[in-house]
Amino acid sequence: MYTFSSKLKTVAIFFMILGILGIGYGFLTAPKNTAEVEEILKKEAEEHGGHHTAAGHDAHAHPVKEAHTTETHDNHDAVAATEAKPEASMADSVHIDTISTTEDTAHAAISAEESHKNHAAVAAHEEHEAHAAHTKHVEHVLHQLQNKPWAAVYVAALFFMFISLGVLAFYAIQQVAQAGWSPVLFRVMQGITAYLPWGSVFVFILLALGAFHFHHLFVWMDPELLDPASPKFDKLVSNKSGYLNEYFWLLRAAIFIIGWNLYRHFSRKNCLAQDEATDNSFYKKNFKLSAAFLVFFIVTESIMSWDWIMSVDPHWYSTLFGWYVLMSFLVSGVTVIALTTLYLKSKGYLEYVNKSHIHDLAKFMFGFSIFWTYLWFSQFMLIWYANIPEEVTYFITRIEQYNLPFFGMLVLNFVFPILILINTDFKRLTWIIVMAGVVILAGHYVDFYVMIMPATVGDRWFIGFAEIGSVLFFLGLFILVVFTALTKSPLLAKRNPFIEESKHFHY
Amino acid sequence: MSNKVIYAIYNDDDVLMDAVKQTRAAHHHIEEIFTPFPVHGLDKAMGIAPTRLAICAFIYGVCGLAFATWMMNNIMIADWPQDIGGKPSFSYIENMPAFVPVMFEMTVFFAAHLMVLTFYMRSRLWPFKSAENPDVRTTDDHFLMEVAVHGDENEMISFFQNTGAVEVKVIEKH
Repeated sequence: MYTFSSKLKTVAIFFMILGILGIGYGFLTAPKNTAEVEEILKKEAEEHGGHHTAAGHDAHAHPVKEAHTTETHDNHDAVAATEAKPEASMADSVHIDTISTTEDTAHAAISAEESHKNHAAVAAHEEHEAHAAHTKHVEHVLHQLQNKPWAAVYVAALFFMFISLGVLAFYAIQQVAQAGWSPVLFRVMQGITAYLPWGSVFVFILLALGAFHFHHLFVWMDPELLDPASPKFDKLVSNKSGYLNEYFWLLRAAIFIIGWNLYRHFSRKNCLAQDEATDNSFYKKNFKLSAAFLVFFIVTESIMSWDWIMSVDPHWYSTLFGWYVLMSFLVSGVTVIALTTLYLKSKGYLEYVNKSHIHDLAKFMFGFSIFWTYLWFSQFMLIWYANIPEEVTYFITRIEQYNLPFFGMLVLNFVFPILILINTDFKRLTWIIVMAGVVILAGHYVDFYVMIMPATVGDRWFIGFAEIGSVLFFLGLFILVVFTALTKSPLLAKRNPFIEESKHFHY
Repeated sequence: MSNKVIYAIYNDDDVLMDAVKQTRAAHHHIEEIFTPFPVHGLDKAMGIAPTRLAICAFIYGVCGLAFATWMMNNIMIADWPQDIGGKPSFSYIENMPAFVPVMFEMTVFFAAHLMVLTFYMRSRLWPFKSAENPDVRTTDDHFLMEVAVHGDENEMISFFQNTGAVEVKVIEKH
């Protein structure tokens, strides 16, 4: 039996307290009204200095921004996509920063058209319009800044829940595949999935808060977008309202979460019952349960990724998005299994885990990292290549406003693992696995960050107190829940039919 | 000096493994072992150094990647940077996503084929090569261990008979 070391418990609680302070700071410093945003904008303009005075900046920015806000009805990502760019792309026609100039060209064309349209409007009632545009811009920034702490919590809550979900899926696969190497790790995996009920409750609460308009991470929830009489009416969103409406959306979320948690509950129960059994009936039950779960999981995972992640950009859609999200958290899950196993092994709790088990986990980390990259690239390259405006805005915002995290995560999630974990001897070294594991986890946090943030906070992102605080809070909770769960049952399944093979597994 | 070798023939891989361990313990030099199929752990028991083929493959892969990069850059960017369907051809990085499939395939192609050629060369395999089979049964169901004879020949023969060999022969090699 494992005993939770008091040191680790203290660290976990310390992380949670620190996290709550960070999250609280994030919420307290978010601007409450437009006046505060005016202050912030003024300060920024002064800091940028030189040719920009506050007033000059505003006047300069208006025409284009006005066009955007009316055209896109507060759609954050579309605004964000174009907002930052036009002045720049008009002024310096060669923009070296990004991969593609075609994007810029397309962009410039759009903004030219827009500003052309705009000239008439400006000529008609210049002053009045300018003022309205400025108010709109301030409001837009206010929404982004108010979203920021919410988005920070949401990303971290999703990330940690996904880790335990990824472990659950991996565990089910191992059961169904009748893997001979992994049964000695089943209790570790069950310990990690103990976070799933906690994590899914947090995520569900965050989703419900969105549905009840406490936060505005999901733009499609704005009822005005569906009202044809409203100036904010959005035909694209209203056409999707049969699927994207709060009640159906929450109902789906509840079904997914309940389904996953039921599997976790009964799988663990059967596994413990198998320890005391005289035949293999509980093992067989678990086998069937896991097979059924995997079917349920792949359907719900796909829908979940549209609902919880893709729908922050309701104008955008991608077919392989579900797979992409799945690989991101499956590799994180396997990495966490490896790290937890190494920790427990180093404390002397896992007698039968040897270097070959670690080697196998490291191979999964390596292979899944490459598969993640394959899906990332497939999604990116297809959209980049065809360059259809309605799809490509997704990547334009990311390349222009999130350049470092967007491409940096490729280094963390692909280049680093492929170079480090390709070596067979390295895959058996604890410190290499720990180092690669930490890098992979950081990389996949950034991955989820880049999925959520551009649509919710746009170019107002930075990794500050709220982001670090949320990660620390959920990390602390994760450690606390997982290691408490590990103390509840023996770390070695007794009567699993494959346990002998697994104990002597040797590669 | 005589070039005598002992052919100890076994009909079970477990017996063979034990025999190899005993032979190594007795400090007889194993020249070669012929088996009809891969025997897991035989190389370790014989003390053969691990293969470096994987390292070769990695280097070949890097060569393939470099070649693909050079080729695509030379053709698409340096030599004749046409505008093809609006794809940016100003620099390699701008159009890189379009080159990645080629870069990937070239890497795999070089790694795979050059590694196989390396394997053939290092293990001296080619068409029309005359087979070096000391006993035809070793391709079917017998295992043969070839050990150089040093010192007392009769003592060695009895040693190998005790290791469970079904047949022990002494052969004069040219």
